[in-house]
Amino acid sequence: MNFRRAFLILVPYMWLLALFLVPFLIVFKISLSDVELSIPPYTPTLDFSAGWAGFKDFLSQLDFENYVWLTQDDLYWKAYLSSLQIAVISTILTLLVGFPIAYGMANAPDEWRPTLMMLVILPFWTSFLIRVYAWMGILSNEGFLNQVLLWMGVISEPLTILNTNSAVYIGIVYTYLPFMILPIYATLEKLDGSLLEAAEDLGCTRSGAFWLVTLPLSRPGVIAGCFLVFIPALGEFVIPSLLGGSGTLMIGKVLWEEFFSNRDWPVASAVAVVLLAILIVPIILFQRQQQRQQEADR
Amino acid sequence: MRRLTWFNTVSLTLGFAFLYVPMLILVVFSFNASKLVTVWAGFSTRWYGELFRNEAFLDAAWVTLKVALASSTIATLLGTMAAYVLVRGGRFFGRTLFSGMIYAPLVMPEVITGLSLLLLFISINLDRGIFTIVLAHSTFSMCYVSVVVSSRLVSFDTSVEEAALDLGCTPFEAFRLVTLPIILPAVISGWLLAFTLSLDDLVIASFAAGPSSTTLPIKIFSSVRLGVSPEINALSTIMISIVAVGVIATSLVSKRAIARQAREERAAMQG
Repeated sequence: MNFRRAFLILVPYMWLLALFLVPFLIVFKISLSDVELSIPPYTPTLDFSAGWAGFKDFLSQLDFENYVWLTQDDLYWKAYLSSLQIAVISTILTLLVGFPIAYGMANAPDEWRPTLMMLVILPFWTSFLIRVYAWMGILSNEGFLNQVLLWMGVISEPLTILNTNSAVYIGIVYTYLPFMILPIYATLEKLDGSLLEAAEDLGCTRSGAFWLVTLPLSRPGVIAGCFLVFIPALGEFVIPSLLGGSGTLMIGKVLWEEFFSNRDWPVASAVAVVLLAILIVPIILFQRQQQRQQEADR
Repeated sequence: MRRLTWFNTVSLTLGFAFLYVPMLILVVFSFNASKLVTVWAGFSTRWYGELFRNEAFLDAAWVTLKVALASSTIATLLGTMAAYVLVRGGRFFGRTLFSGMIYAPLVMPEVITGLSLLLLFISINLDRGIFTIVLAHSTFSMCYVSVVVSSRLVSFDTSVEEAALDLGCTPFEAFRLVTLPIILPAVISGWLLAFTLSLDDLVIASFAAGPSSTTLPIKIFSSVRLGVSPEINALSTIMISIVAVGVIATSLVSKRAIARQAREERAAMQG
């Protein structure tokens, strides 16, 4: 019995230690190393054969140079700031698009709801890459959107949308929309209709009841949805590299290029550590909010 | 109190149009005869033919399928174990760290996960290829599986398990005969989730794959970077259809299962 329990605990535990925690410690260690033209392209490497003296020697060679470098070069500052900006703006846009849809779903007849739910979840199962790719054909200069707008006479010259930040916003809103809709829908669905009736009986207009009752009560869903969009959007790589232009700076893209194109592993690692440090605050806030929500539901 | 106002109708229509029109355009233009993706030149299945003659795509698809099958199976085993330990395992040394490690990969940016795994593989001199992609995918998928399975484990009554133990089952028998059948739907959806996550993943696979092994998303990404291509449209259409058929079929089956369960429960109440 005890042996079995130990086995059950140890197998996934060891797996995660070896393939999640240890790799992260390696990233941290390499972020303190120097770049070198060799294989692997950084120094120092830990030499276990040299024993304790080797370890001390290894420690003395680590430094925070790469982090200092991140603060000195504009590129990284701008990339972090513009990632934050893009993530914030696209989270707000996703909320503005997602809320009315969730609200409509919550007000739809009962027999429609399973179908509507399925229609929201379906895109989530289809390839992320393909959903981003679909917009390349729509947003390009000769693309579908420009053709339609030209034909309708709204514009006389094609708009340049692809390879700009606007395309990145559209891409993020599109791909993360289900993450916003589902938690908001979940709170709106649970909302007690008699509260709205009471508000109207007491002299509220219908829009007044919406602002005073529905919106405040949907707050937990709105907050959860915003975190679920903001956190992955901040480190996004695929969307800025396919839809964004050369001017679109996002930290995920910078990390990728630093690693694959410049082959500067120590700097790429330092970029990763800082990105994680930025993300820890929203992640912890999100977790707290989820816990509070669970306790409130009980 | 449910009122479908004109505002609701409009927002639902526009919202679902926004979600589905882009994919619809992709599907329609995959049957376009012209090489120019944006100009309609008549119906043709030419690009599907070209796609099936393209060795590189077929190879990549085969690699992707193998990786997805292997990693989703490993992830389901490990994830179910992890969920069981977290929900039923009681206290043990380092439990907080363990639950943290289950939760963290869900919110970790893919670039960081990918980078850290690659640096691990290099520092232990592991040759990169299908094996390393499977390791990488199993690791992040097991966390998703464990979340799905533990939500099911939390919601069911432990007294059934205790009853089985009281009636002389060994713990393993109790798990196999009582717990497993109850959590099986969650285990299956966890497996499906892990399978799709693996099929879909570009970033982590790019880090974990060596130069010799290319998965379908890596192949798609490298050809899409140069612009829109009708072959990719054809490939996308195939992938979208498989998912649509799968999701619709599962939802019909589960709907029927729920209806049957409700009927049986009613019958049991009356009986």
